[in-house]
Amino acid sequence: MLRYIVGRLLAAVPIFALVGIFIFSLVHLMPGDPAVLLAGDNANPKQVEKIRERLHLDQPVIVQFGIWAGNALQLDLGDSVYSNQPVTKLIAQRIEPTMMLAVVTLVITVLIAVPLGVIAAWRANGLADRLIMAFAVLGFSLPVFVIGYLLVYVFAVRLKWFPVQGYKPLEDGVLATLHSLTLPSVALALVFAALIARVTRASMLEALNENYTRTARAKGLGTFRILVVHALKSAGVPVITVIGIGFATLVGGVVVTESVFNIPGIGRLTVDAITRRDYPVVQGVILFFSALLILINLLVDLSYALFDPRVKG
Amino acid sequence: MPDNSIADLRPRQGFQPSRLIGWVGREPMTASCVAVLLFFVLVAIFAPLIAGDPIALNPAERLTSSSESAIWGRDHLGRDVFARAVYGTRTSMLVGFSVAGLTTLFGVAIGIYAGMSRIGGAVIMRLNDAMMAIPAILLAIALASLMNAGVVTVIIAITLPEIPRMVRLVRSVVLGVREQPYVAAATSIGTSGLAMVWRHILPNTLGPVLVQATYACASAIIASAVLSFLGVGTSPEVPSWGGMMADARSYFRIHPELMAYPGALLSMLVLVVNILGDRLSDALDPRKTRRGSL
Repeated sequence: MLRYIVGRLLAAVPIFALVGIFIFSLVHLMPGDPAVLLAGDNANPKQVEKIRERLHLDQPVIVQFGIWAGNALQLDLGDSVYSNQPVTKLIAQRIEPTMMLAVVTLVITVLIAVPLGVIAAWRANGLADRLIMAFAVLGFSLPVFVIGYLLVYVFAVRLKWFPVQGYKPLEDGVLATLHSLTLPSVALALVFAALIARVTRASMLEALNENYTRTARAKGLGTFRILVVHALKSAGVPVITVIGIGFATLVGGVVVTESVFNIPGIGRLTVDAITRRDYPVVQGVILFFSALLILINLLVDLSYALFDPRVKG
Repeated sequence: MPDNSIADLRPRQGFQPSRLIGWVGREPMTASCVAVLLFFVLVAIFAPLIAGDPIALNPAERLTSSSESAIWGRDHLGRDVFARAVYGTRTSMLVGFSVAGLTTLFGVAIGIYAGMSRIGGAVIMRLNDAMMAIPAILLAIALASLMNAGVVTVIIAITLPEIPRMVRLVRSVVLGVREQPYVAAATSIGTSGLAMVWRHILPNTLGPVLVQATYACASAIIASAVLSFLGVGTSPEVPSWGGMMADARSYFRIHPELMAYPGALLSMLVLVVNILGDRLSDALDPRKTRRGSL
């Protein structure tokens, strides 16, 4: 078990290093002077010079990367060109709304998608299955901002049940936060749920064809017990994998959703940074999300051991 | 008068209406999706014949609803919404098909190499894992914002993060095919590397690749709309559905239809492409015998 965990941790290191190289080269391989690029369109020569100095652009590229990566490892992602604040501080300030949005979305997704996937597999090829799969293709195809504006129009503009946009921080009370996050997380969850429901169905179908399911049925166990205790537990591995892989989709969705609903999170920070050509922030945010993604997939790998006794070696 | 007797003896080839009707009857869902997709393709090709000028400003009639000159009304600059939606189809189709094509081209080439070469494969798969660790849409946004605005930029920015998925798929197929007895047989009679790839490996990847390319097309259409919506996509003069929705944001409460037209078209096109991808995947999967409607 320990060997498995250490092995997974070590495997994540080179991936993380490569991601760092990619993100570093994003700005440095582009044609033109990186200092001018990083300073943005509205910079004066003095600002450009400051950035050139800060990034050691007179040094060889390898040295520059070493300095950048060394700083990044010490959680120093540079300063914003726009507000001159450290990028890590900007990210830290914006993390609450984004985290809440992601968590609420994930909860709604699992609550919708797993039962739907189980029902679809149980009633495979029946009417319920077809309806659920139709919903899945639909959810998969509707862009999150289209769903977002549709929900806003119906539930905020017309019915006035929820605010049109904005975010209430946790200090205003959890209920206020959840109320302000309902529409954005439902919009985001629909897309994500479509993905999870499909995978749940597929892996449930496989589990239901296994011998142990037949044994369970032969023992006289009830349908619910077979579905939930026996089949769902082994179907858990692929489902959790997809929740991990789908996290990338979720991050993309968060960026768009925060923009639609005007939520002051990291997604909003990204879009604002791009509009202002604030590249240190863009670089920092991408590095942050990639690190998070690697971490989540690491946790997913480790959770295999929980679901699949064969992975304990 | 031409002699038809010889022509009649030839095996019947080409278009046969009865077979088409039979297929539509058996697969109504697939057939209607193909029809809708064809409709979009035709709209994209013949945009100048269908709609008027999508760029012309008409400030006197800004934010007016449907009229004789503009059946879907006019936007905040007085531009013809219908014309913009029609030309927006072009942008979406161009990006969708280009990304699908380029992803297939590079993904298959790199994937086959990664599957055939032991050391090269290991290196490529590590790079692949790292690429896939960066959220695709963020990478696309960053690339698009670093390069100059334009359709080509958008296509490159969306294709680059899409390639690793194709590479991973193709490589897994190649690794499976390499173990097949017919590959061993071909090796034993002296088939060389390239001939092997061309005759035995490549044809086996086509099915899964086609399905993946369809999904790539659908997600590229969404991604290009997202880029335009966030303001880093095609330049504002080029009409695009995402750009139209971005413009409509400020007037959303009073004029939700400005958002609804491009949103509905976008969703419909993506839905149709995704359903066709599913159908293709079912049809190419020998384990699935299920046929019937969605």
